[in-house]
Amino acid sequence: MADDIVLQTAGLTKEFRGFIAVNGVDLKVRRGTIHALIGPNGAGKTTCFNLLTKFLNPTRGTILYKGEDITRTPPADVARKGLVRSFQISAVFPHLTALENVRIALQRKRGDSFDFWRSEATLRDLDDRALDLLEAVGLGEFATTLACELSYGRKRSLEIATTLALDPEVMLLDEPMAGMAHEDVGRIAALIARVAENRTILMVEHNLSVVADLSDVITVLARGRVLAEGDYATVSKDERVIEAYIGVGHA
Amino acid sequence: MFDLIGVPPQALFGQLLLGLINGSFYALLSLGLAVIFGLLNIINFAHGAQYMLGAFAAYLLLNNPLYSIGYWPALILAPLIVGGLGMLLERNLISQLNVRSKTRPLIFIASFVAIFLALAASHLSSGAVPDLVSLVGYKLDPAAAYGIAAIGALLFTSFLSATNLLNAPDADQNTDHLYGLLLTFGLAIIIQGLFVNQYGSSGLPYTIPDELRGGQNLGFMFLPIYRGWVIVASLVVCIATWLIIEKTKLGAYLRAATENPTLLSAFGVNVPRLVTFTYGFGVALAGLAGVLAAPIYSVNPNMGADLIIVVFAVVVIGGMGSILGAIVTGFMLGIVEGLTKVFYPEAASVVIFVIMAIVLLIKPAGLFGRTA
Repeated sequence: MADDIVLQTAGLTKEFRGFIAVNGVDLKVRRGTIHALIGPNGAGKTTCFNLLTKFLNPTRGTILYKGEDITRTPPADVARKGLVRSFQISAVFPHLTALENVRIALQRKRGDSFDFWRSEATLRDLDDRALDLLEAVGLGEFATTLACELSYGRKRSLEIATTLALDPEVMLLDEPMAGMAHEDVGRIAALIARVAENRTILMVEHNLSVVADLSDVITVLARGRVLAEGDYATVSKDERVIEAYIGVGHA
Repeated sequence: MFDLIGVPPQALFGQLLLGLINGSFYALLSLGLAVIFGLLNIINFAHGAQYMLGAFAAYLLLNNPLYSIGYWPALILAPLIVGGLGMLLERNLISQLNVRSKTRPLIFIASFVAIFLALAASHLSSGAVPDLVSLVGYKLDPAAAYGIAAIGALLFTSFLSATNLLNAPDADQNTDHLYGLLLTFGLAIIIQGLFVNQYGSSGLPYTIPDELRGGQNLGFMFLPIYRGWVIVASLVVCIATWLIIEKTKLGAYLRAATENPTLLSAFGVNVPRLVTFTYGFGVALAGLAGVLAAPIYSVNPNMGADLIIVVFAVVVIGGMGSILGAIVTGFMLGIVEGLTKVFYPEAASVVIFVIMAIVLLIKPAGLFGRTA
């Protein structure tokens, strides 16, 4: 069953000047699942993400991706291996149009990133695919809008489109629903479910109903440690989880 | 002949030409500054020193005891040398400002001291070991030894980091622009100081290559061929750079990296490498401007310091980080300066700063700048 695990951490620890944000986390993400990482504020979810995508270096512990040790691999290499993240704060190129944002992600896949002599005109063939992706996240009509002029929720949708454009094997979504209007949440949840069919998704999410609907496995983090793991039914009944979320005495 | 508003045409066109020449240098230098600022958010105060290094590289390629290299090869080689040095600088010092761990700068300083002491020891050992300093053709002039030690230390530190012996440290995104400015400003002063120490500040001659000697009578004025060449070369380089940035795939990455470097690296683009190359490119442009300037202005260690303040004003007027702004404003302000010399010479040296003040009042983002 070992090759079923696409992403695995062992004793993953990150200390910031004495403060331990992530403390000995052992995480196993199975191929083809939607794995949710939840926990109260400050539980270390985002730090965990940053460690996995190498935007931070772990103080201790190892990260295995498809059996390969990526603990010391730079972020760009990790992304090229197929482990791609989104960001909690909306991450777009603000002065490029929505279409250009997606196209930058698409051109990455062509593997000729530093061939500067390639005219941008050859990138036009990517436009159709970029438009499809924008349609998929409901941004078809905003293709020529500058990203900075999109509303917050639409920026998040754009971000999901660019992440999808990279066609990652493992997609790490950092709070994809944060700040989204209610009517957008359903559409994006459906989109995530659809794109999860042929890839693995690890997501941090606060919207528990989305987590309950989408995820196969949930890992609960609290104070940098794994508190509980299992499907929603198991986790939601766990006393320690209820305690961590609501506090002692209210459970 | 006719007069234009009381000004003889020879004087008018002469000053216009001078303005265009100055404008060519403004454009080339502010273009490099704009590229560097746009992508790295670093105010590269060493730009003037790097321009001076370009001129000195051309001079030293021609006048050295080993092998004399002329103007045309120097036009390629000097920018490569200056750009390469810039890349080493960016990799080992400037980029380290964004990083919490200071291992790399410390290794740089340690190896600098070690190499300098080794040079001094080998020189003073009176034959026990080969005298490395005299071997490379210099007397133990402190300036030369400092320079050799600095370049050696940069190479050594790069080598260490390339072998992955140094762990890639966590990036700290929130570094103030001011640190980059202070670092590059300090480097500029050190580099200029070393060159003044070695070559004095009076200026060294660099002759115009034979092919570009002489001039052409255009009927209304006399055009020295070398000056025409500078204008054309600068225009071509500026337009080529603009095309690369606006119309190619690499340019799309550069623009994306300007906007959100973290996101671009999450896409799988090696942003640190992109940044190093871009800095090297911007610095190489300064080096190229230095070679072009060598036959016009005398090669002297302060040639960059005199120019860089005006160039910064050009960048501010054009809009910080705007490529097109840097090019257009560079040529335009050169011409404006030239015209001011004709009509009101007293204001010629301040006109650019007056324009800068007005632009800052009316359009703080610059003529071609975007408001965030």
